Amino acid sequence: MSAGVRYTLYHPRWYRRRVSVWWWLQSRSYTGFVLRELTSVFVALFALVLLWQIRALAHGPEAYARFLDRLRSPLFVAFHAVALLFVLFHSFTWFNLAPKAMVVRLKGKRVPDLVVAGANYAAWVVLSAAVAALLLRG
Amino acid sequence: MARPITPFLWLLFSAGGTVAALLFPVHLFLSGLAFPLGWLPAPRYESLHSLVEHPLTRLYLLVLVSLPLFHWAHRFRYTLYDGLQLKHLTALIAVLCYGAAVIGSVLAAYTLWSI
Repeated sequence: MSAGVRYTLYHPRWYRRRVSVWWWLQSRSYTGFVLRELTSVFVALFALVLLWQIRALAHGPEAYARFLDRLRSPLFVAFHAVALLFVLFHSFTWFNLAPKAMVVRLKGKRVPDLVVAGANYAAWVVLSAAVAALLLRG
Repeated sequence: MARPITPFLWLLFSAGGTVAALLFPVHLFLSGLAFPLGWLPAPRYESLHSLVEHPLTRLYLLVLVSLPLFHWAHRFRYTLYDGLQLKHLTALIAVLCYGAAVIGSVLAAYTLWSI
């Protein structure tokens, strides 16, 4: 410490480099991270479409037919095409992170990451098939 | 700010993320693309309506809408903080995000209850 420290009434201005709002475009892994976080926006939007569908279903056949008509518009088809890509990105990143987020131990030994992720993918296939079978019955 | 509810919010985030990861792709592909574009035959109103009358289906749909909304609220909140550097708006953003998730969940519960 130098002896010449003087106290002033004012807090000193710290030197802090301003980070651009676009910091996440500077590296591929940062961009991947932000895209992964943005999948949540499409998850929420599709949850709202589901809610809209449930409400149309509750309001009767005419309301439901109007809902189906809307979904056939190019705007909604385009939205769903983009949303599917983001939701799939969410699924892949989620399943691949699962072994890191939740360490499973069996008889004191850590279950390998590949097995945990594999179990997630297997559950995904089974559940998707079940939902499709239920909706395609007629 | 000490926040004892943080672990609970993280649990909702994680449960919602799992629900969305496992079930959203198939629902989105079928109801958003395959049915509207006529790739696959869409279920008729009557059969969907009778399906939704079953209590288990209603519970499933409530989980399917509500948990992913909380997943979004949690993740989007931190995206706003980090991505747009809005740390000074912490409280406002948290209220808006979780508030929207609560409103969506209540609306889903009410609609499913009254079908």
